[in-house]
Amino acid sequence: MSQKSSSEPLSVDIRNDNNRSRFFPLKIEFDPHRKTGGWWVPILSIIVALLFCAIFIVINGMNPITVYAKMLVGAFGSSFGISETIVKAIPLLLCGLGVAVAYKISIWNIGAEGQFILGAIGATAVTIFFPNMPGALYIPLMMVGGAAAGAIWGLFTAVPRTHFQVNELITSLMLNYVALLLLDYLVYGPWRDPQGFNFPGTPEFTPYQMLASIGGTRLHFGLVFAILAVVFFAFFLAKTRWGYELRILGANPIAAQNAGIKISKHILIVMMISGGLAGFAGAIEVSGVAGRLMYGISPGYGYTAIIVAWLAKLNPWAMIVTSLFIGGLIVGGYSVQTIGLPSSFSSMLQGAILFCLISGEMLNKYRLKRVN
Amino acid sequence: MQHSPFVVEMKDIVKKFGNVVASDHVNFQVGKGEIHALLGENGAGKSTIMSMLAGIYKADTGSIFVNGNLAKIRSPKESMEHGIGMVHQNFRLVETLTAIENIILGEKGNMWRGSNWMKKKTKEIEELAEDYGLTFPTTVPVWQLSVGEQQRVEIVKTLYRGAEIIIFDEPTSVLTPGEVEQLFFTMAELKRNGKTMIITTHKLKEVMDIADRISVMRKGRMILQTLKEDTTIQELAKLMVGQDLSVGIPIKSVPLGLPIIEVRNLVVETKERIKAINHIDFTIHEHEIVGIAGVAGNGQKELAESLTGLIPWKSGEVIFNNDKLTMPKVKELIDKGIAHIPENRMKSGLAGSLGIVDNLLMKSYRTSKRSKFGLINKKANKQWAKQLTEQFDVRTPDLISPVGQLSGGNQQKLLFAREVDLNPKLMIAVHPTQGLDVGATRAVHEMLLQLKESGSGVLLISEDLDEVMQLSDRVLVLFNGEINGIVNRGQASKETIGQLMAGLSRKEERVNESKIVI
Repeated sequence: MSQKSSSEPLSVDIRNDNNRSRFFPLKIEFDPHRKTGGWWVPILSIIVALLFCAIFIVINGMNPITVYAKMLVGAFGSSFGISETIVKAIPLLLCGLGVAVAYKISIWNIGAEGQFILGAIGATAVTIFFPNMPGALYIPLMMVGGAAAGAIWGLFTAVPRTHFQVNELITSLMLNYVALLLLDYLVYGPWRDPQGFNFPGTPEFTPYQMLASIGGTRLHFGLVFAILAVVFFAFFLAKTRWGYELRILGANPIAAQNAGIKISKHILIVMMISGGLAGFAGAIEVSGVAGRLMYGISPGYGYTAIIVAWLAKLNPWAMIVTSLFIGGLIVGGYSVQTIGLPSSFSSMLQGAILFCLISGEMLNKYRLKRVN
Repeated sequence: MQHSPFVVEMKDIVKKFGNVVASDHVNFQVGKGEIHALLGENGAGKSTIMSMLAGIYKADTGSIFVNGNLAKIRSPKESMEHGIGMVHQNFRLVETLTAIENIILGEKGNMWRGSNWMKKKTKEIEELAEDYGLTFPTTVPVWQLSVGEQQRVEIVKTLYRGAEIIIFDEPTSVLTPGEVEQLFFTMAELKRNGKTMIITTHKLKEVMDIADRISVMRKGRMILQTLKEDTTIQELAKLMVGQDLSVGIPIKSVPLGLPIIEVRNLVVETKERIKAINHIDFTIHEHEIVGIAGVAGNGQKELAESLTGLIPWKSGEVIFNNDKLTMPKVKELIDKGIAHIPENRMKSGLAGSLGIVDNLLMKSYRTSKRSKFGLINKKANKQWAKQLTEQFDVRTPDLISPVGQLSGGNQQKLLFAREVDLNPKLMIAVHPTQGLDVGATRAVHEMLLQLKESGSGVLLISEDLDEVMQLSDRVLVLFNGEINGIVNRGQASKETIGQLMAGLSRKEERVNESKIVI
């Protein structure tokens, strides 16, 4: 099948076989026919990351089991903990869906953070520029405004990619900082609350501009939106023509082109959806949790969402689980501060998980072989 | 093995790629100080043999002797240690580095590389280049150099690394005529300095111009080794393409129908603005298979791509079904009834990681049978896919396992199932049997003939001359983007076509075209 034509670049099919270990009876060998791993890769990588971080807990003079138990209780052990976890999971889930749709066609959007911030700005802009609208109009308009701002921010990445072949990794990452600076400018400058005692934030939203909360907790109606987004996402990808086109594009862009599927059109659409979902998350965050646009509106949701998406292997239903897991990790991270671990412990754990996940996916393509 | 008269001797070399035998017990010898031409069509196994000598591939069995000693060549580095250097067809240069930087790339030693060291090296390389009349700019990045200059950098690279035996893989395929002349001058100069050269090519004239000795390969076998004086261009052309093969599937003669596609004065340019297709005319009728013969790179790819809407044409007319096409999109042409079997089925035809159903849907998912209101009809499609796989005898464990795991023959049948199910008016099949075994090849041929019988037109582009001659009602020979000859079925021997492919006789055989029997 792999007959080489002389017009194709030749590949090296010779590997050094003198690098086998003399002491270890097994060697690692690349297996190109190996399928991508099953669900055990993310699960195993979480376990390995937990074990790895346990070393640092021991160095800090604590028992890893008590620390992890404390985290678990902190995140899921009380109704407060659970509601906090879900509050964190909502933006993670929406941003995760956003990046996942781009990753499906190998567009490496790492700009969810910036798109999230733009969404927050877009939603707030509605409250600032239209202060005297009928109350019922605010929430729909803020959501639309946020999603639109995020989508446009996504286009800033997509258009250079489709028209000038600019690497989307770079533009999407750089635009995060542009978005962050734009946010700083707004909350320190023109949009700052004059009665805010120099606090870098806009005036607080009126109750009409806030998402209703559920059952007296900080939990808000954004949850419904997030679940709806998952359902729509799953439906569109699995059942529609558009989802089919994305599947073909992701599997083989050249074959897709031969079948008359326009790659650049899809990149534009997908980046708008990707940015739109992150922007939607930003809008929900300001109107559901923060109640105003303020400095540091996102604690890195856009970046963490990448872990959420990959842990779920881009599966929307699995993303519900992984976003809750990572949300729990963040909330659990707060609770271990009370026993003396630094707050960055949870970030470290997240990083370790991503690291293990990537190496797990890579190593999964290799096999151990006995050296004879 | 002492005192061998040959600097390179390859014995009984066998190399398989999957189940395709790329070189079949090949013996190959090169004498010291000679220019040795290795001649053969694309896919004859020239590049494979040379790649094994250069350490890019490892032979399955067989042995290589260099200067009479058994050489274990396992990597390009080891090949270089034996004094073998290769100038690749696609240059191995880092485009953003300068020529000098490219040449010293990979050099060991000298941890400290200050400006003095660079100056010394630059001087050394410039002197070396000058000795052989190889000039190129040394201070600008390589991507700014012309193709000919880049090739010179490659040559100096091999010389700098101490190559005594230099392999040129299709060196003239990318050059302008002037650059070719200069290259031959350089080769003569190298020869005067005692270097041995091997040049792989399919251009007969060049072989006669430059070579001392000639080897001919065909379908993985070494056919002949001879001195230049002992042979003629005609004999070489005949050896290259082989004997007439008359066995095959019986072909029903069906009278031609109405014209399906008329191509008038078509010009297609590559990205580099080179005319890949240069003012060609042809017509394909119902019940007709038109074959395109030609050595790879003479415009076949561009012809297929422009007629399937993948690249636009520069000028000319294409009339499809009495309908003049203007800058058509791929989707539009699929809807109009042009099916396409692309050159490399896994690269551009199928999505290897997806299952049978998704792959079958690729061209037809927009039709109302396969999807409604933007929703894919999952159940109906599954049924349809099952039926198609049975009809086309695609052997597959189930409908969802990745098609990348199917055999090449089954993949190709799947591709045909998808395209034929569209009821195409015109089928453009590019190298449809490449890499297939005998049984699968026959199945593909039968499918093409079936299409012809049912009233479609077929444009068959193939490097396999037997196939083209056997199936086509008419063969157009492409050379340098022009039609160098038109041959009706049974009107010319393989030898004649081989000569036309090599650009030899430019006889006005076009007269035949006006006399097509209708």
